[in-house]
Amino acid sequence: MKINPNLAVSESGFLFNPGTGESFTVNPTGAEIIRLLREGLSLEQVIDAFTEQFQVDRHTFEKDLHDFSGILKTYNLLEKDE
Amino acid sequence: MSKPRYTIAVTGLNAIDSPGPGVAVIRGLREAVSFDVRIIGLAYESLEPGVYMDEVTDKTYLIPYPTAGTDILFDRLMYIHTQEKIDVIIPNFDAELYSFMKLENKLRDSGIRMFLPTFEQFEERHKVNLSEFGKKYKLDVPESIPVTDSYEIQKHIAALDFPMMVKGKWYDAFIAYNAEQARTYFNKIAAKWGLPVVLQKYVHGTEYNVTGLGDGNGNTIAAVPMRKQYITDKGKAWAGISIDDPKLLEITRRFVSETRWRGGFELEMMKSSDGKYYLMEINPRIPAWVYLAVGVGQNIPEALTLLALGQNPPAYDKYDVGKLFIRYSWDMIVDRSEFENFSVKGEL
Repeated sequence: MKINPNLAVSESGFLFNPGTGESFTVNPTGAEIIRLLREGLSLEQVIDAFTEQFQVDRHTFEKDLHDFSGILKTYNLLEKDE
Repeated sequence: MSKPRYTIAVTGLNAIDSPGPGVAVIRGLREAVSFDVRIIGLAYESLEPGVYMDEVTDKTYLIPYPTAGTDILFDRLMYIHTQEKIDVIIPNFDAELYSFMKLENKLRDSGIRMFLPTFEQFEERHKVNLSEFGKKYKLDVPESIPVTDSYEIQKHIAALDFPMMVKGKWYDAFIAYNAEQARTYFNKIAAKWGLPVVLQKYVHGTEYNVTGLGDGNGNTIAAVPMRKQYITDKGKAWAGISIDDPKLLEITRRFVSETRWRGGFELEMMKSSDGKYYLMEINPRIPAWVYLAVGVGQNIPEALTLLALGQNPPAYDKYDVGKLFIRYSWDMIVDRSEFENFSVKGEL
């Protein structure tokens, strides 16, 4: 899963899509997920990174990540072919 | 090197809740890098805010409404010209454009330049003719049907379905959810703006606007797309953001090159949920939000002035993306004597 490369992402979690003019805010967890995806990590690797770094069980995080990626897709924040 | 100084007359000083473009146009002119300006405001009403904004207009004159006829308008403009030696006039209202277009040659003979669409361009892009316009230039437009009697609405319901847009030929647009509402809006609009009233298929989606400038030879001199961020109850943007959308710019360039558009314009577009753009309306003049274009690097009023003066300004090829305009209200305190002067003498 790849984030729309044109998306402007600030450290504060503010997202701006220059193609549509839409803007969004995400919490620190969302911002970290987006940062890792932009670095080229796969969803599986994001799950590994989070479960290593934070006290969260793999199953719960996987479910939340699935919901979050659905939101990213709904708002056209992923690459076109995703 | 000293810059030339031009005297430019501008209409549309009604910087109110549904603002005319004049004040924004003047701000662009005052920030022009290629010339200095003396600004002459042309106002239809004595309470247009721009009349009293000292940093906006150097002098303002009342002018007659278009309904008074072009002869009376011409006489008034000639009086103002003898006082001010006007180089360029930039009209900013749809409803006055026809009068100024009719006077373009006479005014040019008197030394006043304008840069307006041709009669053909003005007429064929009219919302009354939008369906034909779309077919001719292969642009997607929602089906539009001009009607002159509220009884005609019934027979177009099958084609347009509800909700449908009911639009005035100059201004105003309402969403009607049933035949009764459509008839009510028809009567309201017909009483205010005359006939025909336009029924238009409603397109669900997000509204995007583009302001630009065509040189009359098919070249796009400026084009800035914007997404409305917040709108008033009259549908006017009070905040918007510049965006980078190659498809919108491609449609804009196609519009300019196909029509060989001459002058400033605003394209009102709707992007449907499947990503298709519909051209909803073409305004044949600079829009009130033009200062965003100036702020992101494309000074449309400056380039339009240069075109009016017979020069060839280079086409802008970039602008800043992600810059917002946010409109605000500002109460001025004006002495009664100024209001009195303008109301009685017609100049201030």
